[in-house]
Amino acid sequence: MSNTKSLLTIKNLHASVEEKNIIKGLSLDIKPGEVHAIMGPNGAGKSTMGYVLSGRDGYSVESGSVTLDGEDLLEMETEERARAGLFLAFQYPVEIPGVSNLEFLKASVDAQRLARGEEAITSANFLKEAKAACKQVNLPIAFLKRGVNEGFSGGEKKRNELMQMLLLKPKLCILDETDSGLDIDAMQVVAAGVNSQRTEDRSFIVVTHYQRLLDYIKPDFVHVLSDGKIVKSGDASLAQELEAQGYAWLQSEPTEDELEG
Amino acid sequence: MTEQIDKALAREYEAGFVSDVESETFLPGLDEDVIRRISAMKDEPEWMLEWRLNAFRIWSEMEEPTWAHVHYPEIDFQSISYYSAPKSMKDKPKSLDEVDPELLRTYEKLGIPLIEQQMLAGIAVDAVFDSVSVVTTFREKLSEAGVIFCPISEAIQRYPDLVKKYLGSVVPTKDNYYAALNCAVFTDGSFVFIPKNTRCPMELSTYFRINEQNTGQFERTLIIAEEGSHVSYLEGCTAPQRDENQLHAAVVELVAMDNAEIKYSTVQNWYPGDENGKGGIYNFVTKRGICHTNAKISWTQVETGSSVTWKYPSCILKGDNSIGEFYSVALTRGRQQADTGTKMIHLGKNTRSTIISKGISAGKSNNSYRGLVRMNPGAQGARNFTQCDSLLIGDQCGAHTFPYVESRNPSAIVEHEATTSKVSDEQMFLCQQRGLDPEKAVSMIVNGFCKEVFKELPMEFAVEAGKLLEISLEGSVG
Repeated sequence: MSNTKSLLTIKNLHASVEEKNIIKGLSLDIKPGEVHAIMGPNGAGKSTMGYVLSGRDGYSVESGSVTLDGEDLLEMETEERARAGLFLAFQYPVEIPGVSNLEFLKASVDAQRLARGEEAITSANFLKEAKAACKQVNLPIAFLKRGVNEGFSGGEKKRNELMQMLLLKPKLCILDETDSGLDIDAMQVVAAGVNSQRTEDRSFIVVTHYQRLLDYIKPDFVHVLSDGKIVKSGDASLAQELEAQGYAWLQSEPTEDELEG
Repeated sequence: MTEQIDKALAREYEAGFVSDVESETFLPGLDEDVIRRISAMKDEPEWMLEWRLNAFRIWSEMEEPTWAHVHYPEIDFQSISYYSAPKSMKDKPKSLDEVDPELLRTYEKLGIPLIEQQMLAGIAVDAVFDSVSVVTTFREKLSEAGVIFCPISEAIQRYPDLVKKYLGSVVPTKDNYYAALNCAVFTDGSFVFIPKNTRCPMELSTYFRINEQNTGQFERTLIIAEEGSHVSYLEGCTAPQRDENQLHAAVVELVAMDNAEIKYSTVQNWYPGDENGKGGIYNFVTKRGICHTNAKISWTQVETGSSVTWKYPSCILKGDNSIGEFYSVALTRGRQQADTGTKMIHLGKNTRSTIISKGISAGKSNNSYRGLVRMNPGAQGARNFTQCDSLLIGDQCGAHTFPYVESRNPSAIVEHEATTSKVSDEQMFLCQQRGLDPEKAVSMIVNGFCKEVFKELPMEFAVEAGKLLEISLEGSVG
């Protein structure tokens, strides 16, 4: 693995929200095709990590570095990071009333294509792709015409996020507690969607509170995030250990030797 | 995010150029003599001059209204010129070939080619430049259907009986201060007559352009739809970018006879002034229609320009079962102020009205909806539904709603819904995370907000309106 180039490299990242330090020395290295699960207790900074990486307004980086595909991610605007291949599936997707899903998706896909120097996709081709994506995430085709997340149930919103991912074909997908609020059937749909997108060069960061999702999306690595940094890393078996023992035993451990991988 | 939005709103006004045409312009000032001269310029009959002079006397005794939620320095009506026309128009060109090419270029630059072959099929245009109509297209084709579409100055000459009968019948001279002023000094505008049981074969539109400095534009539009007829009409307006404020005080009257339908759409893009509120058009307009039995009048407006807007397109629902509709998008940014809405006056039985108003405020602007729904004693079983939505962009702007309801018939039903929302950080973040730049994100969110109104516009113009909004919002994010 070590001679493959990294897709994402986070080095000693410190970040804050409203002058409160949340990320306190986070380091992580992700190679193409890998799936990394980030677990941890509430308030550990899991969602913040996703927002900082995607460049959300109000989340400021104090120190450290992040590169995506060798490029300095922190230098880029939010939309440039997206165009560079970073995708965040939201925990609570917001509604945009009156803007149809189809219009929103096509504008997004086109913005990314234009940034890559490609032409805008034709409406006919896009519609074909969008219909296929709809089917894959088990949403009725009619959802393409509805306002973005407008009146969608929790599960429908999550599947809609997944549909966006299918159409945008990112290099790095951050799934922020995509399992929260989903019943087991919906979770299987989401997991199947994610698994269908696992390729040699697409990587995933799966942020989750529970081990449950990882039964369906098998991670290559599991990291425990606590108080803004990774306190333990391991393989898929770590998730099961956490499920059995909770997080408390990790939070009381000394933290000097926490950085693995 | 607010900063982002403000930056995106700071855009160039694309229609802000000045056309280099030699004009004959009256010296500033207003008295009976000026009115006589306007009337003489137009070769008007005596009755028209008398009508104007009467209006001037009424106006002279009226006070400028101050109840609207807008603030501007007192207007000096003596510092305005009340007539300006390109010299080339003096000889009344008989055809397009005789029209000054510079005038044609002006409209071309604004995206309105006046050469019929180049035009969007199915739209006839009356182009009004300062105080005169430059050209009206497709008149022959329209006259085959019996439709009259011509400058109102020409209608006064050729159809005096129709003009005498209907001019001032919906908006009386003494209706309000600006209407009275318009009656005294109006210069041009469009006249439309649709004969009985005729569906107008084309969309009609008038394009108003103010060019000359220190000139006011006072246009007058009169649309008469005879029994069982149907017409769709659109007006558009632009003006050069100037540091001085200019006054535009129009009157529009619509008459929908039994079973007739008039659809009136406006895309208003007068120069809004700069970011600090310097310059821009004062848009003080009176628009009203009367509906006879089973008739329908539908007002749709997209208001993005003008530094101050004062405008309430209204319906008098006189006939039983008549219908009034008002769909409005008003966008203000910079220091713009808009006080706009409608009046629905229900007189007849089972009359129905719908009001959908979408106000978008950005920058340091102020956007007010003001509406009156009146159910008169005779309005048995009448219904109104009103929905007023405000969208705020940033935190320095204002949105206000002033709904007035007067119900004097217990069987009438009046419903009112109002919402205020903001373009949220979450929405912006979602859009940007998917690769959209902030300008595109804002315009998409705003377009979504306006969807219910845009779908009421004729198709060609719905696209235009969306684009206009996009340009208007450029720089509102940053």
